[in-house]
Amino acid sequence: MNFTINVWRQNGPKEKGGIATYKVSNISDDMSFLEMIDVLNEQLIIQDIDPVVFDHDCREGICGMCSMFINGEAHGPGRGVTTCQLHMREFKDGDTITIEPFRAKAFPVIKDLMVDRGSFDRIIQAGGYVSVNTSGNLPDANATPIEKQDADAAFDSATCIGCGACVATCKNASAMLFTSAKVSQLSLLPQGKIEASERVMNMVKQMDLEGFGNCTNTGACEVECPKGISIENIARMNREYLSASITSK
Amino acid sequence: MNLSGGLIRSSLARKYWMALTGLFLCSFLVVHLIGNLPLLTGNKEMFNSYAHFMTTFPLIKIVSYLLYISILLHSVDGLLLARSNKAARETRYVKYNGKANASWSSRNMAILGTLTLVFLIIHMKSFWYEMHFGNIPTYMSGDGDELKDLYSITVAAFQQPWYAVFYVISMMGLGFHLWHGVSSSFQTLGINHAKYTPIIEMLGKAFSVIISIAFASIPVYLLLS
Repeated sequence: MNFTINVWRQNGPKEKGGIATYKVSNISDDMSFLEMIDVLNEQLIIQDIDPVVFDHDCREGICGMCSMFINGEAHGPGRGVTTCQLHMREFKDGDTITIEPFRAKAFPVIKDLMVDRGSFDRIIQAGGYVSVNTSGNLPDANATPIEKQDADAAFDSATCIGCGACVATCKNASAMLFTSAKVSQLSLLPQGKIEASERVMNMVKQMDLEGFGNCTNTGACEVECPKGISIENIARMNREYLSASITSK
Repeated sequence: MNLSGGLIRSSLARKYWMALTGLFLCSFLVVHLIGNLPLLTGNKEMFNSYAHFMTTFPLIKIVSYLLYISILLHSVDGLLLARSNKAARETRYVKYNGKANASWSSRNMAILGTLTLVFLIIHMKSFWYEMHFGNIPTYMSGDGDELKDLYSITVAAFQQPWYAVFYVISMMGLGFHLWHGVSSSFQTLGINHAKYTPIIEMLGKAFSVIISIAFASIPVYLLLS
């Protein structure tokens, strides 16, 4: 397969970026999108051009590092996949593919397609944890009964890999899906309920400080989320934040 | 109660206010529509006494101030939200496939809202302002009340084709705004449930269609009759 690749090139955070066009040929339809970029980069190195910088790590869809905005969609046209799980067979031979970094004020570009998603880490630091001792004499794991549907819902929320596709996709660059998934995975379980009010207040405060946009409930985030995180989480966070704001001192 | 951060200034609070004022404005649409039905039946007396009642009854006066505040809050809050949403993405995407994952109306709430606001200003100038501060001819009703003849003003206004067309377009804008807005406000207030959300979404869409078509039918009917 042959493709024309329009890719965003930007030398550094403060530099002005722009689209550069390259051709790649002899791409197998079994290749992942990242492998196609690898081929492109080998070609660029031979031509003495700086290779395209992009984030990647596990290449099996669980780390959340690969972060490309492909043909106007986070992680490209596939559903429930990260960029490393997107295969070239999803495209037609001869296609022109536009690749951009995830764009948000809170995700500044480091170089080319690589962005700094440290804002997500700071949201987690603001409250995405439970303050319980995890060493010493611990109670038996089954001593606290947890309803099956709560356990399942908490697990579903916890499958968020923090890739930032929700922010990249959202027309407002809102981090509501990410933050609400992290709030939910803890507040649904007994250990997380203790700090639930404080957690939601602090995490939302940090989310606002980072400069993310607001939620218009378009639902685009849940469509593009590689882990299928539902906007039910956003409603849960809206509920928790409302009651925490009213009751907190 | 955490007012400064929690219920006023935070991003979530701004959305709560949007949802609450939006839902209140929806309830007004229903009342307004019912009050305007005499325009379709040609019942001049009923329409004028309704207009008289709405501008003079004390309880309605209180509610009307709540309505003005809601319109202002919904507009100003909406503008502030749109501005901060724009600021959250400084560099635009070269290619952005919005229709791949979200409905057209949900992606255009700000523009649809602005269109509705422009309509509202013109609409209030034409009728609300005239009713309150203009010189509308009066007559004595059968009950002995001195009534302003808003009915004749309204009928005359809608018999101008450009005015009727402007109304129909504006009602389509309002319809699309409500198509997403009604159910979205429930989600914002935290009401999302596997059993009830599909019903809320369906009712919200039905509401938007009924309200916009019913309101648009008034100028169309008056223009054609």
